[in-house]
Amino acid sequence: MSQEVQVIQSLDAEGIALQSVSLWNITRRRLFRRKSAIVGIVILGILIFIALTAQWLAPYDPIRSMLDVKGYPVRPEKRQSPCIHAFGCPEERPQHLMGLDGNIRDEFSRVLYGARLSLFIGFATVTFAIFIGTVLGALSGYFGGWLDNIIMRIMDVLLAFPSLLLAIAIVTVLGPGLINALLAIGIVSIPAYARVVRASVLSVREMEYVSATRALGGDTLQILFRRILPNALTPLIVQGTLGIATAILDAAALSFLGLGAQPPTPEWGSMLGAERNQVFTAPHLVFLPGIAIALTVLSFNLLGDGLRDALDPRLAHVS
Amino acid sequence: MTTYILRRILLSFPVLIGILFATFALARLIPSDPCRAMLGEKATDAVCDDFLRRHGLDKPIPVQFAVYMGEILKGDFGRSFRFSMPVTEILIQRLPITVELSFAALLVSILVGIPLGVISAVRHNSWVDVLTMLWANIGVSMPVFWLGLMLAYIFALALKGTPLQLPPSGRLSPGLITVPFYEVWNLKVAAGTTTFTMLDFLSRVNILNGLLTNDWKLVKDAIVHLILPALALGTIPMALIARMARSSMLEVLGQDYIRTARAKGLRQRVVVMKHAFRNALLPLVTVIGLSLGGLLGGAVLTETVFNLSGVGRILYEAITARDYGIVQAFTVVIAVFFVILNLIVDISYAYLDPRIRLD
Repeated sequence: MSQEVQVIQSLDAEGIALQSVSLWNITRRRLFRRKSAIVGIVILGILIFIALTAQWLAPYDPIRSMLDVKGYPVRPEKRQSPCIHAFGCPEERPQHLMGLDGNIRDEFSRVLYGARLSLFIGFATVTFAIFIGTVLGALSGYFGGWLDNIIMRIMDVLLAFPSLLLAIAIVTVLGPGLINALLAIGIVSIPAYARVVRASVLSVREMEYVSATRALGGDTLQILFRRILPNALTPLIVQGTLGIATAILDAAALSFLGLGAQPPTPEWGSMLGAERNQVFTAPHLVFLPGIAIALTVLSFNLLGDGLRDALDPRLAHVS
Repeated sequence: MTTYILRRILLSFPVLIGILFATFALARLIPSDPCRAMLGEKATDAVCDDFLRRHGLDKPIPVQFAVYMGEILKGDFGRSFRFSMPVTEILIQRLPITVELSFAALLVSILVGIPLGVISAVRHNSWVDVLTMLWANIGVSMPVFWLGLMLAYIFALALKGTPLQLPPSGRLSPGLITVPFYEVWNLKVAAGTTTFTMLDFLSRVNILNGLLTNDWKLVKDAIVHLILPALALGTIPMALIARMARSSMLEVLGQDYIRTARAKGLRQRVVVMKHAFRNALLPLVTVIGLSLGGLLGGAVLTETVFNLSGVGRILYEAITARDYGIVQAFTVVIAVFFVILNLIVDISYAYLDPRIRLD
C-alpha cells in the first residue's frame, strides 16, 4: 500500500518536472539562441517603448507648425536640414534632430509618433485577418463539403490578385482613409490565415482524441475551440508575425499613394509621399521615415523567422 | 502530363469567373451614381433614365453580368471617360512599359538572387553567407517606393558627373524619336486589325523595338533608363529568391546522394551544378512565380516614383480620378495574368517533378 503511494507520488513529481519544460519554455530558449531573432526582439522592444512614450519623448507636437510654437527663438525655415547641437549646429537655434518638414513641423516628433501608428496598423489588421480567417478556415475544414468549396474558392479569388492591387481596389470602393486602408489590408490577408487554420483542422479532425470528445457528448463548438483549434496556434503565430511586417509595408504603400492615412496624421508612408518630390532638395524627409518603416518591418521579419524555426517540431533535437 | 495540364486549366476557370465577378461587383459597389458622376450638372432624372437604359444599367444584375462577360471575351473593356477612348487602346499603349519594367526587374532578381543563394549555401556560414542573408533580410523589409527614391537620389544627384550617373525618371531621353519596327520594315498592315494591334504592342517595348530596327542608340538609352526602376522593383524578389535558393540548396546538399556523388570523386562544381541545383530548383519556381504577382503590385509604386506611365501608374491615376472603366479593365487583366502565371508555375512544377503529375 505504502509502496503504491510512493510510486504515485514519484510519478507525480516526474509529471511536474516534465510539465515545467513546456512548449513555450523550449520555444523561448530556442528563440533566444538565434542572434537574428534577438536583434528583431530588441528593435521591436525599442519601437514599442517609443510608441508608448511618444508624448514624452517627442520634443514638439507632431501636427503643429513651428510658426505656432510660442517663444520659438528664430524664424523657422521650410524643410530645414537637421540641426543637432552636438554636431555643431549653433546653440541659439532650436535643436531639430531630423529637421523640419514641408509644413514646418518637427520631423523627429512626427517619426516618433509614427511608430505608434505603424504598430497599431500592424496589430489591428492582423488581428482582424486572423479572427475572420480562423472562423472561415475552421468552418471550411471542419464541415467540409459545399461550404468548404465555396469558402476556399472565394479565398482563391482573393489570392488571385496581387495583394497591394487588391487593397488599392478595395480602398477605391470604400474611399481613401486610414480605417478603410486597414480594412482593405485586413481583407487581403484573410486567405493566408484561413488556409493555415483549414490545414490544421483537416489534419486533426479525424484523430482519436477528437472522436473521443465527440463520443463523450462534447458539442461542436467545444470540439472546435478546445480540441482542434489549439493545433493551429503555432502556424498562426508565425504567419501572424510575418503578416504584421507585410501589413505595415502595404499600409505605408497605400499612404504613400495618398489612399491611406491622410495629412496631417504622422504616418511614415504619407510623410514620405508628401515629400517625395523634394528628394533632391530635402533628402532627409524621404530618407528618415523610410528607415523607420524598414526597421519596423525588419524587426517583425526577424522575429517571425526566429519563431518559425523555434516552433518547428522537426528541429526539436536542436534544443 | 497532358491530362494534368488539362485538369489544371479546367480548375482555373472557376477562379477566372470569380475574378470577373469580383471586378464586376467592385464597379457596382462604388458608392456613386455613374450617370451623375459622368454628366454632372446636366443630369436630370429624365436624362439619367435614358443614360441607364443606353448603358444597360436598368437590366437585372445577372443579365448585366452576362453582357459584361461577353464584352470582355471579345476584348472590349468599354471606354475611359477621362481619356474618352477605348480602354483596350490605353491598355495597348501602357502595358508594354509595365511588361518591360517587370521583365527587367525579374531578370535582375533571378540573375543576382540565384547565384547569391547558391554560393551562400555552398559556403554555409562563411562571410558571403552572412552578408547575403543580412542583405536578404534588409531587402524584403525595405519599402519599394523608398528604395526607388533613394536610388534616384544616389545615382542622379550624389553621383552626378561620374560615369555611374543614371537618369531618375522617364523611359527615354527627351528628343529621342522612336520609329516602330513595322514601319522600318515596310510592313503593310491595316490599322485596327489584330495583327496590327500585336505589332503595335511589341513596337512599344522600346528595347525590343531598338533591337529589331538595329537602333543601338535607342537600346542603350532605354536600358539606361530602365536600370534604376528595375533595381528598385527587383530588390524584394531578389531577396526572396536568394533566401529560397539558399535554403533549398542547403537541404539538397545534405542528402545522401550528394555524399555518394562526392564519394565517386566528382568535382565540387559538378556536384553543385548537376546534382544539387536541379533538385533545388523546384521551390524556386514557386517563389519566382509568386514574386511576379508582387512585381505587378510593386510596379504601381515604382512607376509612380520614376514617372513611368505604365499600367500601374495609370491604374493609380484612374483610381484617384474615379475612372472606373480603366480600374475594372486593368484589374481584370492583371488578375487574369496572375492566374495564368500560377498555371505556368504549376505546370513547370509538374514538369520538373514527376511525382506531382503522377499523383
